[in-house]
Amino acid sequence: MRFLELDRIDRRWIFLVVGLLVLIPLLWPIGLPIVPTTPVRQYHDAIAAIPDGSTVLMSCDYDPASTPELGPMAETSLRQLWDKRCKIVVTVLWNGGAAVVDQTIEHVADEYRARGVPLKDGVDYVNLGYKSGNEAVMVLMGQGIASAFPRDQHGRVTTQLPIMRNVTDYSSFPLLVNISAGYPGTKEWVQQVNSRFHLPMVSGCTAVSAPEFFPYLQSGQLRGLLGGMAGAAEYEVLRKERGAATSGMDAQSMAHLFIALCIVLGNVVHRTRRKEGASS
Amino acid sequence: MKREIPLFLTAVIGAIVLAGFFVPHQFISVPADYFQRCAVIVVAFGYALGGANLVRVNLEGIARRHPDWPYKVVLLVGMLVTLVFGLFVDRAKFQDPGTVSIWIYDNIYVPMNSTMFALLAFFIASAAFRAFRVRTAEAALLAVSALIVMIGRVPLGDAIMAGVFDHPGLPDWVRHLRLEPLQQWIMDWPQNAAKRAILIGAAMGVMATGLRVILGIERSYLGGSD
Repeated sequence: MRFLELDRIDRRWIFLVVGLLVLIPLLWPIGLPIVPTTPVRQYHDAIAAIPDGSTVLMSCDYDPASTPELGPMAETSLRQLWDKRCKIVVTVLWNGGAAVVDQTIEHVADEYRARGVPLKDGVDYVNLGYKSGNEAVMVLMGQGIASAFPRDQHGRVTTQLPIMRNVTDYSSFPLLVNISAGYPGTKEWVQQVNSRFHLPMVSGCTAVSAPEFFPYLQSGQLRGLLGGMAGAAEYEVLRKERGAATSGMDAQSMAHLFIALCIVLGNVVHRTRRKEGASS
Repeated sequence: MKREIPLFLTAVIGAIVLAGFFVPHQFISVPADYFQRCAVIVVAFGYALGGANLVRVNLEGIARRHPDWPYKVVLLVGMLVTLVFGLFVDRAKFQDPGTVSIWIYDNIYVPMNSTMFALLAFFIASAAFRAFRVRTAEAALLAVSALIVMIGRVPLGDAIMAGVFDHPGLPDWVRHLRLEPLQQWIMDWPQNAAKRAILIGAAMGVMATGLRVILGIERSYLGGSD
């Protein structure tokens, strides 16, 4: 009978178990093996294929809520681009995201500066900041990047920045790297920019929205896809980095396993209870 | 006239922007580009309107002493403090490191925003236990697929399969059973087929709604009953 009472368990016990299952692997990592999947390899290869020294557009459409999931893939993407000596023009279409994206860029840029690579804001990269208008901004950027973003995140006039000298519109970029937490994000970039301006793009997105983008990957509209923290961890493995996503995968594995166990256990209890009810 | 003018403007601007997608001639493309630039400005005004509405609704709640009125006070004070520091103290440099606005962002907005999202994991676990009931064959199929994808997406899935089936006494095909290729197959084929159908259906719905708006058949965006 005690087993059947499981469905009346105080939910705080479940919360406690989830909390411990996430916390313990973060403090003492298990080091489960991570094998990169095809969409992640495609993402990596698409960036690897652009000419060294190109200017790349990177739209980081997320806010602090999704930073643990999307921040690691944004960091690894920045590293792969800077290793190719690419210049990066960053935009943000989420109103709470510009500052957190700025911190991510500066964090990775500082790593390079510490290694003696003199990355300069405005020369090697620029964060154009947030602009409201969602799809309208994407279309407006097709008429001119500087006309859509006249000033950057720190109030500097965009046209006066050295990095923007050779940037006019989407034709200035060989690739769009989109890190997306939802709307506006990958779906809108595919619909408004990839299909209209034919700008090749790759996407890193939250795990919950990844299934929505598999048709775009299969049709070739996306050149590669990173789905959630798992995708970010696989990307880190490909890049031979051990970042936050790799560390987080143990915790996520345990949480996934526990939720699967909850589904199975909940159903076993439910069916047993129904059978007992029918026989009595 | 209160309804006719917005309907007329919507029809004309909608038709020009739509035509701009197909006709590159300057008679169409110049006004189409102009209207798209205007759209960005209109959206920005939406923030001012939204802010004013937020103040009105919350002030009403405080005046009528709704059960959660203290939270409304916190919200309004927070909004006022952020606005005052952003507009009058930090001004154009409000997003630079070291400003009060960035301090508020780093120490109040970021932790609160992250906490709200992090709570999701706890509620999903609780809901999975209580609500994911398999009552029909279709629900069973969905549940099994969900379990395969859920476990197969993380490294632990393959580690478990290897631990269970990687035994020299078992036939080769059993020993090579892995969840990762199976979940990838589910994502690539059944999931993709269903998602593509939904996308195409939704796109056709959007096109139909867009045409109805331009032609003035769909008027719900004007408010009121029709």
